[in-house]
Amino acid sequence: MKFDTPATTNPIDQMKIVGKPTNRIEGPLKTTGTAPYAYERHDVAANQAYGYVVGSAIAKGRIASMNLDEARAAPGVIAIVTADNAGKLAKGDFNTAKLLGGPDIEHYHQAIALVVADSFEQARAAASLVRVEYARGKGAYDLAAAIDTAIKPKASFGTEPDSAVGNFAAAFAAAPVQIDARYTTPDHSHAMMEPHASIAAWEGDKLTVWTSNQMIAWSVGDMAKTLGIPKENIRFDSPYIGGGFGGKLFNRADVLLAALGAKAAKRPVKVALPRPLMINNTTHRPATIQRVRLGATADGKLTAIGHESWSGDLPGGGPETAVAQTRLLYAGENRMTAMRLAVLDLPEGNAMRAPGEAPGLMALEIAVDELAEKLGIDPIALRVLNDTQVDPEKPSRPFSQRQLNKCLETGADKFGWSKRAKPGATRDGRWLVGMGVAAAFRNNLNGPSAARVRLAKSGVVTVETDMTDIGTGTYTIIAQTAAEMMGVPLDKVAVKLGDSAFPVSAGSGGQWGANSSTAGVYAACVKLREAVVQKLGLASDAVFAGGKVKAGRRSVALGDAAADGELVAEDKMEYGDLAEKFQQSTFGAHFVEVGVDAMTGEIRVRRMLAVCAAGRILNPKAARSQVIGAMTMGAGAALMEELAVDKRFGFFVNHDLAGYEVPVHADIPHQEVIFLDEADPTTSPMKAKGVGELGICGVAAAVANAVYNATGVRVRNYPITLDKLLGKLPDMV
Amino acid sequence: MKSFTYERVDSAAAATAAFARTPGARFIAGGTNLLDLMKLEIETPQHLIDVSRLALDKIEATADGGLRIGAMVRNTDLASDARVRRDYGLLTRALVASASGQLRNKATTAGNLLQRTRCPYFYDTNQPCNKRQPGSGCAAIGGFNRLHAVVGASDACIATHPSDMAVAMRALDAAIETVDAAGKARAIPIADFYRAPAKTPHLETVLAPGELITAVTLPKPVGGTHIYHKVRDRASYAFALISVGAIVQRDGSGRVALGGVGYKPWRVEAAEAALPRGAKPVADGLLAGARTTHENAYKLPLVERTLAGVLTQAKG
Repeated sequence: MKFDTPATTNPIDQMKIVGKPTNRIEGPLKTTGTAPYAYERHDVAANQAYGYVVGSAIAKGRIASMNLDEARAAPGVIAIVTADNAGKLAKGDFNTAKLLGGPDIEHYHQAIALVVADSFEQARAAASLVRVEYARGKGAYDLAAAIDTAIKPKASFGTEPDSAVGNFAAAFAAAPVQIDARYTTPDHSHAMMEPHASIAAWEGDKLTVWTSNQMIAWSVGDMAKTLGIPKENIRFDSPYIGGGFGGKLFNRADVLLAALGAKAAKRPVKVALPRPLMINNTTHRPATIQRVRLGATADGKLTAIGHESWSGDLPGGGPETAVAQTRLLYAGENRMTAMRLAVLDLPEGNAMRAPGEAPGLMALEIAVDELAEKLGIDPIALRVLNDTQVDPEKPSRPFSQRQLNKCLETGADKFGWSKRAKPGATRDGRWLVGMGVAAAFRNNLNGPSAARVRLAKSGVVTVETDMTDIGTGTYTIIAQTAAEMMGVPLDKVAVKLGDSAFPVSAGSGGQWGANSSTAGVYAACVKLREAVVQKLGLASDAVFAGGKVKAGRRSVALGDAAADGELVAEDKMEYGDLAEKFQQSTFGAHFVEVGVDAMTGEIRVRRMLAVCAAGRILNPKAARSQVIGAMTMGAGAALMEELAVDKRFGFFVNHDLAGYEVPVHADIPHQEVIFLDEADPTTSPMKAKGVGELGICGVAAAVANAVYNATGVRVRNYPITLDKLLGKLPDMV
Repeated sequence: MKSFTYERVDSAAAATAAFARTPGARFIAGGTNLLDLMKLEIETPQHLIDVSRLALDKIEATADGGLRIGAMVRNTDLASDARVRRDYGLLTRALVASASGQLRNKATTAGNLLQRTRCPYFYDTNQPCNKRQPGSGCAAIGGFNRLHAVVGASDACIATHPSDMAVAMRALDAAIETVDAAGKARAIPIADFYRAPAKTPHLETVLAPGELITAVTLPKPVGGTHIYHKVRDRASYAFALISVGAIVQRDGSGRVALGGVGYKPWRVEAAEAALPRGAKPVADGLLAGARTTHENAYKLPLVERTLAGVLTQAKG
């Protein structure tokens, strides 16, 4: 099905099942520990051996020698895979560094060997006996020191490095009120609960990988390229995923090494990355240094908006697209953005939840707060004043829907924004209390997505697609979609996901999963409805409801259409140019209240509110979970998350969950989420958009602005830890 | 993890005898730290002597009005003991500020005292660390050391001791009772229990090889207001940036011990005389001779301000 004109009324608009807060259909499996995650799939292949990854002890250089004798002689060892014996391997299109390194080392903990043994303990013990001599090379590990060498990168996922409208320099120079500030955001780790894990088994030249992966088709293709085998010979299966946040968009070392290990051991092999390897072996959100310049008239109209960002990556990598939102978020006639990329020999940078917007808004939305302060205008009023209903770089392109102002105003009302005092003026015992706000913005992306639906005689509808559920609630919204389309209750729908044998979906990433994958299911269901109507000899305007198909006076049980055999329909939703004609974005406003201990500078979030405008909300319960999880992650980015770079040895030092702190329950006392009532007919027949990344966008800046309001201390370097406040807090009593 | 042998013993005498029999052995109780270190091959004992079932799990009154806490008393049980809560509130408050409920259910009193530093370089066997591998150097000096020691450190090691419980024990003047392989018992004041890193940071306590902690004793209660303020980046389940354990009497006198600043719970009795005069002179005395890095210098004003807050709180 091609979606190239805005949606009109369709069966989803009934909203009998779609749009209702619905418990996860797979929830009982998860709460009873019976949802099969990759590493625990003991039943899928007999005789599984265990692989343990050896990571490089240096960040850059060469392996001078590697001695495997002791490791080979260790108890239980079956095989050892290294670049020397793995055969010819290519690099996947989505990987910057090789998944199996050697003799050249590209980053710390790059995998250089896999030891396969009968037990996990044997494999781990033998891995420590792999003797490696290194010739350490000189690398670049310090972004601040490398920005002078940064270059203009090529376009990244369609995002050009530079943009310019009007005459920024002249307008900024002439602006009566200016902000010109530098901000930094550190490297972040996805830090999802489930590690990267895979079990691989070969049957002849056919490879099956049970894994934990967000993008099945991308990853099958990349693994085929890496191994040099046809992608038809590879099957991935990833039905349950314990979090991804972008860390599982691509194959990591576990997939390749399980496959190579299984080949070498001639039996199935399972590999999980230990926590330190998740930090230094896989990808992370790159640190940024950003400069934001805002010029405004005395009454608060933006006349000049400039945003530059520097980030680093391995050779061949890409920039963190931290200026992307600045091209669209506020009106202003004169604009410039620029991204520059330095070579850093740290582990590979890549996408993490809301890549670009998340760190970009961390800077921009402090700058807007600073401008409001300088102008003496309320920061909400300033944002409302500079709203735009069209793409400010291409004014002929309207936003499909944009209710940013309503998000801000609704939130202000619900949060009690009018009680916000001037900086440093609110005290509650030993706590300095402040409120902050920031706009949330994340583009909506759609991707082609296919699904197959099967109707059985029992009336049960089964959906099959390689779409993934990374903890987001995909199973449930797909079931809701099929139930709404076929007029059956939710318990008459079965959903099967994550198997590359199923039709190719959009996958989970960039908050495109929900709208795209359900649109694919919609398309397949339209086809199934046609087949049902035809099979039953009913008029084409038959109504599907209550497990029946009704046309005129006839009412037939849906399952009757499959009386002589299952009915199967498959289709793919594809998109025309509506996303070019209309700027499709999601909007929100984050409100945060913090307390800052006047003595110690400890910062504790007291309450948070998000108001989101993100198209039709398919399942308000799952969407709320997405947003509160993202708000939590944003609070982490604001207050504690930072991969500490050792600039001498080139690695992230705090490489476990004891060292890389993410918020715990005690950090997040109260959260509220409001969804504005929306349906965007330009996005798909579902009229939905993404929401899982919108939730993190702007949160950290709202926290930062609240800290400023509490203390009068402006911190522009994340995370905002107490050591950055301490010397500037009001004197002790 | 290296392969190891294991035995369970049922008396302190059997434990020390087993140690004498098997060089390279380690005692194991709750295992909340040792097992992690073994998985990473930071600790590589060839033999484990499981002392967790020894009958050292009681909290008993002593003749001089204090408490004897068996070495195997779990942190949860210690924190929730009615006598401890009433008379040694500092200890309860320090314990509940530490680790997580699950870990406190496993961790023992003796094991808590003996837990090893959380310096991330100690945990990464690719990096030099004098504590892990004597003579290899210290990667934390000149590296990521925001969490590291500001007092008592040496050019060989700037690691901190991570225990909250030990900070309270230090303020409470606890003593550590042990028995050695010859069956000889002694009591070591906690002030003398930890060794300064100097050039040998791998030697952390004055315990002789095979010497087993059997109990920790607390002198009779000293009254006062007991406050433990643990400062950290997140609200729970994190090691202290610094912590202040204080017992403050009505007349303003009292005791103060610090966590997160050195290789041991840090207390300078001489500095406590200044308590009635406020936080600054006490902090100055506690931190005299401090050496900081560009990343951890904040700990000095943080100690002073945290102590000031504690003293304000103590006044009620």
